[in-house]
This record gives sequence, C-alpha cells and structure tokens, in this order.
Amino acid sequence: MEKWDNNKAWFLVLPVFAIVAFSAVIPLMTVVNYSVQDIFGPGQRVFVGAEWFKATLADRRLHEALWRQFLFSGLVLLIEMPLGVMIALAMPKRGWGVSFSLVTLALPLLIPWNVIGTIWLIFTRPDIGLFGSIINSMGIAFDHTASPLDAWITLMLMEVWHWTPLVALLAYAGLRAIPEVYYQAAKIDGASAWATFRYIQLPKMRGVLTIALLLRFMDSFLIYAEPFVLTGGGPGNSTTFLSIYLVKLAVGQFDLGPAAAFSIIYFLIVLALCFVFYQVLQNVGRGEKA
Amino acid sequence: MIPKKRTILLAFYFGLLLLPIYWMLNMSLRTNADILSVLTLYPTDPTLVNYIKIFTDASWYSGYINSMIYVAMNTTISLTVALPAAYAFSRYRFVGDKQIFFWLLTNRMAPAAVFLLPFFQLYSTLGLIDTHIAVALAHCLFNVPLAVWILEGFMSGIPREIDETAFIDGYSLPRFFITVFIPLIRAGVGVTAFFCFMFSWVELLFARTLTVTNAKPIGAIMTRTISATGLDWGLMAAAGVLTIVPGALVIWFVRNHMAKGFALGRV
Amino acid sequence: MAQVELHEIAHSYLRKPKGESDYALKRIHNIWDDGGAYALLGPSGCGKTTLLNIISGLITPTKGRVLFNGKDITSLPPEQRNIAQVFQFPVLYDTMTVFDNLAFPLRNRGVHRREIIQRVHEVADILDLTPFLKNRAAGLDASAKQKVSLGRGLVRSDVAAILFDEPLTVIDPHMKWQLRRKLKQIHEQLNLTFIYVTHDQVEALTFADKVVVMCEGEIIQIGTPEDLFETPEHTFVGYFIGSPGMNFLPCTLEGNIARVDDVGIPLDEETAALGHKAQGKMELGIRPSYVQLRSKQEEGSIPARIRAVEDQGNFKIVVLSLPGKTLWAKVPEGRPVPEGKAWLVFPKEKLRLFADGRLVR
Repeated sequence: MEKWDNNKAWFLVLPVFAIVAFSAVIPLMTVVNYSVQDIFGPGQRVFVGAEWFKATLADRRLHEALWRQFLFSGLVLLIEMPLGVMIALAMPKRGWGVSFSLVTLALPLLIPWNVIGTIWLIFTRPDIGLFGSIINSMGIAFDHTASPLDAWITLMLMEVWHWTPLVALLAYAGLRAIPEVYYQAAKIDGASAWATFRYIQLPKMRGVLTIALLLRFMDSFLIYAEPFVLTGGGPGNSTTFLSIYLVKLAVGQFDLGPAAAFSIIYFLIVLALCFVFYQVLQNVGRGEKA
Repeated sequence: MIPKKRTILLAFYFGLLLLPIYWMLNMSLRTNADILSVLTLYPTDPTLVNYIKIFTDASWYSGYINSMIYVAMNTTISLTVALPAAYAFSRYRFVGDKQIFFWLLTNRMAPAAVFLLPFFQLYSTLGLIDTHIAVALAHCLFNVPLAVWILEGFMSGIPREIDETAFIDGYSLPRFFITVFIPLIRAGVGVTAFFCFMFSWVELLFARTLTVTNAKPIGAIMTRTISATGLDWGLMAAAGVLTIVPGALVIWFVRNHMAKGFALGRV
Repeated sequence: MAQVELHEIAHSYLRKPKGESDYALKRIHNIWDDGGAYALLGPSGCGKTTLLNIISGLITPTKGRVLFNGKDITSLPPEQRNIAQVFQFPVLYDTMTVFDNLAFPLRNRGVHRREIIQRVHEVADILDLTPFLKNRAAGLDASAKQKVSLGRGLVRSDVAAILFDEPLTVIDPHMKWQLRRKLKQIHEQLNLTFIYVTHDQVEALTFADKVVVMCEGEIIQIGTPEDLFETPEHTFVGYFIGSPGMNFLPCTLEGNIARVDDVGIPLDEETAALGHKAQGKMELGIRPSYVQLRSKQEEGSIPARIRAVEDQGNFKIVVLSLPGKTLWAKVPEGRPVPEGKAWLVFPKEKLRLFADGRLVR
C-alpha cells in the first residue's frame, strides 16, 4: 500500500513535535551549552571549547564504567534471552494458566524501579533477607555491601528477575503467532521437538527476539535506579555504571562542565546504538514481507 | 493427568519470581523489632500497623496520590498528542517523516541521567518545580515517542480503504477520526495507555528530582525514609507492597490485550 | 501404498458431546481403495478437513477405528502412519533451502545420506523443482512452495497416502490448472492413494476417480463424477454438483404419471413402481441440460414463462418461471430459444424421482 503524499500531515505531528522538542531539544541545548563552558557561579562563565570533552574522554573512571556497562549488559543478555525463550516455550497455550502466567510475568515489570531495588535489598541482606541468610547459613559469606563479586551477583540476579519476563512475554507473543499447520506439518514430517524448535519456532520468532534483544540491551545500558538503591554504585566503584557515574558527577559533585560533556558522549553512544537498532528493525520488517 | 516436566519447571520459575515479592509482603506484616530479631518464613504475629501508619500519615499516603495524578496526566497527554501524529505517520508521506520518526524513537532510548540536570533547570526557570505537571511533562520525553510507535503499529494494521470510503461518504478528518477510526483501534489505544501508565509509574529518577514535597511520588518518599528514620524495614516493605497494587490491578484488566501489544514488539 | 478403512468413525470437538448436533462427523463407515484418487467435496464446515485430519492422525476420533491395510492405526501418531499432507497454505521451513526442505522428513527418520540425495533429486525431477534446489524456500512463488510441500510427502518411499487440504486455494488461477494436471500425472505415475479435500466441484470432478460428497458431517454419496451427475442419490448432491444445479419439482404419483401442478409427466415404469413403494414427500429431479424447450404444446409438456436468457458462450442458460418456482435449462449454442413462453419436455430416461430428498430405488 502506498502512502498518500500530503505535507499538511505535518499539522498532525505538530503537537508531538512541540512537546518532545520542549522535553528534549531545549534540555539538550543546555547540556551543549554547559559542555563548552566553565561555570563558577551565576554570571561567571568562561568558554573552554573542547576541553571538557578531552578531559572526559581521558577519564579513566569513565572508561571503567563503560567497560563495566558493556560487561553487565552482555552478561545479562546471555542469561535473559535463552531463559525467556525457555519460559515462553513452557507456558500453557490455553486455559486459565495463560492468564495466570501472563499476569505473573508482567508483575515485576510494573513495580517502580527503585522499589525493585528495595525488594532485593530486603531479600538479599544477610541479616533480614531470605536469600542472604540462606546463603550465609550454608557457610558461604555473602554480603553485597562488602564484596564486589557479591554485589555483581545480586545485581545480575535482580536484573534477570526483573526483565526476563519481558523477553518471555515477547517470545510468547511470537510463538502464539505461529499458525497451527506448521506444527501439524512438522508432526507429519516426523520432526523431533528440537527440530520443531530449531526450524519452525526459532525462525518464526526471529522478529520479536530481535526486538527483545535490542530493547534489553538498550535498557540495561541505561540502568540507574535499581543499582542506585541496592548498592549505590559500590562497594568501591564496582557497580558504578554509566548513568550512576553521570549522576554522581552532575548532582553529587556539581561538575557541570564535565558532566555535560559526558552526557553528550553518552548520548552519542546511545544514539549510535539506537540507529543500529532502527536499521535492524527495518530489515526485520522487510524480511518478513518478502 | 500427571503434570509434565516443563509444567513443573515453569511452576518452579514462577515460585522464584514471586518469592522476593512474597518476602517483602512477609516483612510488611511484621514490626521492625520483630524483623530484626528473628528470621521467619511467614509472619508469626501478623500486624497491620505498618499499613495503618501509611494510610493515616498524610506525608505517606499523599505520595500515592501524587504518583497517581502525574501518571494519569502523563497518560492523557501522551495519548492526546500521539493519536493524530501516529495517524499521520501511518497514512501520509510528508517532508521529513522518516527523520522525525527516528528522532522520536531516539528519545525513547535517551538516558534519563543525561536529562536530569537540564530538566531541573528548565522547570525551575518556568516555576514548575514540585508540580505534578512537571513530572507528567518530563515523562512525555519517553512516553510520547512510545505511544506514537505503538499506535502507528496498530493503525497500519487498518486498511486504508476504510479511510477512503469514509472521506467519499463526506466525513471530515476529525469526525472520521473520532467516530470511526478510534473505535476501530480501541484495543491499540488500551495497550498504549497500559504502557504509558507502566513506564510513568515505574520511573522515579525524574519524578524524584523534579519534586520537593507537594508532588513527591511514593517511591521517593520511601527512599527518603530509608536514610531519615533509621530504617524501618516493616514500614518500607508495606510501602513497597502498596506500590505493586495499582500495577497488578491494571495488568489484571488488560491481561487479554497484553499479548497482542507485545506481539507488535513495540515496547 | 495402502487401503484406508474407516470403521464407524464419529468425532466431536467437545470433550463431552451430548446430542447428535455436537458431532462434527456423525457416522463415517467406508473403505478407500489402494491407489485411488478421491476427492472429498462439500460446502465449508461439512467436516471434510476433520475427516482428513482423522486419517492423517492429527485428530483422534471420538469413536471408531482407522485401519491401513487392515491394521488398526487409530492410536498411532501422524509420524508413524506413513502419510503425507499438503495444507491449504504452503508450509515451508523458511530458513532452509528447497533441498533441505525436501530432505527434512528423511533426515528426521535417519535415512542414509546417499539415499536422501537420490530421493530428493528424483522427487525434484518429478515436480520440476531441480533448478531451485539450492534456493531458499522462502523466496519461491506460491505454486512452487506448494510443490515443495507436496514433495516433502513424496520423498518418503514408504508413504501410504497423500492427503490434500484445499491445496490450490492460494494459487493463481492460471497456475491452478497446471498444478492440478501435475497432481494427476503424479498420481498416475506413482499409483499412490490421493485424498483431496475441496469445496470446488470443478476441481473435484476433474481430479478424482471417485468423488465423496459430504454434508453436515455425513457422507452423502460416493461415486464417479458421472454417477454424481447422472444419478445423484440425494437432492443435496443434485443441487451441489453441476452449474446450475439440478431442477426439483414437487409432485404426486398417479400410475405411471407424475403430476406437477395439474400437468401429468410420464415416467418409465420401473421408476414409477419404485416411487409407489417409497414413502414421504415426492420430488422430480432433472438436470438443466436435459430440459427441452418447445414452442408449441405437446403431450406431457409444462408451460413456463421465460424470464431471462444468459449467454455463456457455447451454451445458454434459460431461466424459467413456473407458478411458485424457478427452473433452469441449459441449451446448446445454435439451438433456438422460444420467446416469452415455452413448453418444457422432460425425457423419461433423464428424470429422477426423490422421496424425502433421497433417490428412490
């Protein structure tokens, strides 16, 4: 279907354009403004050019946060994607179990992000938490406030707990969209459960799984509230991810210039990833139509 | 019938999924002293004292009301502006359409932390700090693009012949849109409202930064209490449990449409 | 290759069927000969696909047994029945090549590699798919896709029967004819049992040796296309087969005369004798192509008003009005059609008598 050519359609987009421009463009201008100035106080500012950018790009702690971020996102995806698909495959196809599964899965997604942190704080603390006390009673010292490894394990557990349901819901929706005759044909062809998965379910889920993968990558890349509540970025800087570092810089130390330069670099990284995301999505759409 | 192996595994997973939430519920029914003294799997001496405190203390329950207000405002604004725009993207080709659509999407992916400080300054300048509308507007940053995206998907599923027939029958665009088109995509509108609700409800970085007392969301009140009152775990757990309730109610109402929304993959 | 026997089959999609109306299939009791080409014909929702799925094993019937070559296979799953099925929409493994698609059923059964290559090439030859073997299956056109679906059934050397569920629905009209001819060719070449579900009578009549007409979960008649046309056993068959369908006139019997609205139509003695033995509401049936039009009154002719004449190329369809009913006549091109009014003559040997919808015999 060809779309109608009509530039008057702009009037329909105008409200969205205005509201997003207000929320996005004006603040971004402020950030750009800060990133090239040194600010001592009201009315006292000096133009410093690309200095903050140079400093930021050379900031060792930023590099660490960036690698930490990639490692975290990568590990999380490695667990969440297969687990989510497995859950979707095990979910019932009809009956009351469908509603029950959907509601249960969606539950963690609707909990405010800092409450997620709180839940896991309560759950994993060695003194009052079920998880923490069980692990400790098994003779393994577990304390996410002291050991970086424990902090990472806790964060990963929390992230997997929080977001695997999203992958599962997407995968489930993809599975339900496969027409029944494919399964019938596979049965007649004598396909094993694995062959059915490998050659029917997985290819048919490709679209939703791509979306799930990219969404999960982006969102885990921007993670802030949950680790902030649970570990506050510590112990040390072991769980200081990009967003946490940025907020520390901007709000904690009020280093506006470096924070702004950091913001712009951060945003550009996300923008680049977002562009890849968009391209891949377009291709997925095209592949299905062909 | 003997339950299959995978049903057992699924039940086990759901058990693990609900366990942390159960643990918080367990805590919320106990006093702080009780929590700190013994570890029990269920409240031996259940008490509603934490909930009573929340429902009687205005500094607590106003947090819920504040959250509800800005979430409702945000959902309304997002849907109102996104509906015509999504229609434009799904039906028309115009100068810069693809670029605008992409630019909108980038905002869905924008790191909230980047916008934190500029937002604070912007709303301070406008005198909107500590108002519900400030939070609602801030959440439009990611919810409006999201709404446009989801709605565009649903609208593209409606054949364009319907529009053409209506225009030939003499409908004006606004009348056609309100009386014919929106009823056709009401499932899509429902799904969009659900996701707008969801993302506005769970977001707290902006909500906390842009409010002081009058519009403070419950989530922020919780975190403030952690540091101020020497950690009343029971009270905090009760507040946490109460933040889950609205979400759970909303899921229950949209459970049949949810799978459809996810099927589009536009979240 | 196999003879398929359906023994007292009945099926309901409800877990606890109560009355007869809960059954999608009421009572099917039949033997399908080895190597036959059968068409299952009937309107949508008559239970054709249900019956097909019972034969393939995708559905286990509520009652009754399915036997292949005398062996009870009712409880066997589809993969152990040695049947192949082609569905309404082409089912392909999108990510595989045409070769891998065709090899898939053999690989699942652990067939030796050399034999797989040989079989796939044989089948690809038969189906004219050889040039596409290395292509991705997803990129083929609809008719080639449907051939691949068929090929997955043909590659198995042990296949007993191939079931088709309206396989030409998504095929372009000009390809339909070609593909149907291909199917017929394959049937002659391989001598497999073919069971073909369709609601298109032209497809059924040109494809099959035997047509099975179904209606509301029951088999109404099994016969050659000629049988169905000349001696439908039920008014439904007469009406459903042929375009336009058979004409039916309510009548009463008086000796060897069938009386329709005061006009006596002579019957042959045998038909009349059978008719006197039968009970119920009598109807006289005649195919439109056997109705003769006269411009003058004759012995046993019925007056009718000509309402319309549709020229269909090599024949004309004349729409006739009788008091309270409409009749059709099919007149070959070149034969004159009277104007305004005509007298209808029904040849004795082409008249069929029905009692309560069933042919008297």
